[in-house]
Amino acid sequence: MSRQRISLLQELPLLVFLVLVWGALWQDYSPGNLVFGALIAVGIARIFYLPPVELSGRFNIVLAAVFAGIFLKDVVVASFQVFYLAAVRGPHISNAVIAVPLRSHSDLMITATGHVISLIPGSLVVEVDRATPMLYIHVLNVTSPEQVEKVRAEVRATEAWLIRIMGSKEEVAALAAESSQGVVAQ
Amino acid sequence: MSGDAILDGLTMACLLVGALMSLAAAIGLLRFPDLMSRMHAATKPQVLGLLLMLAAVALQMRSWALLPVLLGAWIFQLLTVPVSAHMVGRAGYRTKHRRPDLLTVDELNPVVAAAAKDLAGDPEDDGGRDRGGDPAV
Amino acid sequence: MNAMGIVLIIVVVILSLAAAGAIYRIAAGPSLLDRVLAADVLLAIVGAALATDMAVNHHLNNLALLVSLSVIGFIGSVTVARFVSDRREEP
Repeated sequence: MSRQRISLLQELPLLVFLVLVWGALWQDYSPGNLVFGALIAVGIARIFYLPPVELSGRFNIVLAAVFAGIFLKDVVVASFQVFYLAAVRGPHISNAVIAVPLRSHSDLMITATGHVISLIPGSLVVEVDRATPMLYIHVLNVTSPEQVEKVRAEVRATEAWLIRIMGSKEEVAALAAESSQGVVAQ
Repeated sequence: MSGDAILDGLTMACLLVGALMSLAAAIGLLRFPDLMSRMHAATKPQVLGLLLMLAAVALQMRSWALLPVLLGAWIFQLLTVPVSAHMVGRAGYRTKHRRPDLLTVDELNPVVAAAAKDLAGDPEDDGGRDRGGDPAV
Repeated sequence: MNAMGIVLIIVVVILSLAAAGAIYRIAAGPSLLDRVLAADVLLAIVGAALATDMAVNHHLNNLALLVSLSVIGFIGSVTVARFVSDRREEP
């Protein structure tokens, strides 16, 4: 079996995450437990081999905290909105499936955007086209083309947030150029 | 009013709203007309409901060592719920569950139709577009 | 009866109603995917009940179960969805 060797450094974020989960599960952060957890993490990463996630190498923790707050608010709003729609509109709901072109070609970015979109108000990823890249999103309670454009802009804005948090330098530069030209997300 | 009473009150509020979220999911399941709409009801309230329930546990146990486990459980939920929702939604869209009468706009149908035509024309091609569509691959 | 006891009864009633709704959808269908979705919701309701039990009775016995539910609970519906979409490709 020919496997691409990946360096330990590339695997490090995954290993740290696994060790933290191990510590959390035992509710025990003593060095002995963490070392044992690290051994298990390395073993698992070697046996159950996965292609490495290509991180961009930058992460803006302040923006991430702000985004986490917005995300939490959106989750709450989404839940009550769905509750309201289920109770009031019920069988007379009308929906839409829309295509949203994304900026970033990185798998991590597309996946993260898809996850966030699935969790915030009234949208669900039906299909992903990695080559274009394009997300096809099912949106709850859409009756007019203006609403479609609004949702599209929201998805693009979410992706912009994620790019600002952990996108590569090129993506951030492209984003800055786009907003300085005053191009409305569409 | 003592601190304990306030925390107890918060716990009760969390439990009640969390239970209501479960009810919201059930009402959505019963009242929405098609699979895709039901999926919205099944996924979103679930996430908030679990967060509130875990918050209630944390408020009652009042132990810092417990927080990472509870947060971890919630984050795993955040990571897994969209995956299963996407898989079910994708399968639902491509089988007979699409209800065009309920969609005001549908920008995916032409793409899927074209892919299905490709598939019929070339049996060796197992839908390369489809495979590319899985974020996990 | 203290306030927590009353809240517990209300929560149990709400969760039972929710579970009844989910079970009705499992029984009524109309399709396999609807049933899978409803089973997922039922699982989430069971998780909510486990958490309620821990919060009200001050213990952590269900914690491991709750964490495993949230980690592997999605595998069932993913598997079923995969098979359903495979079957469609047969003429």
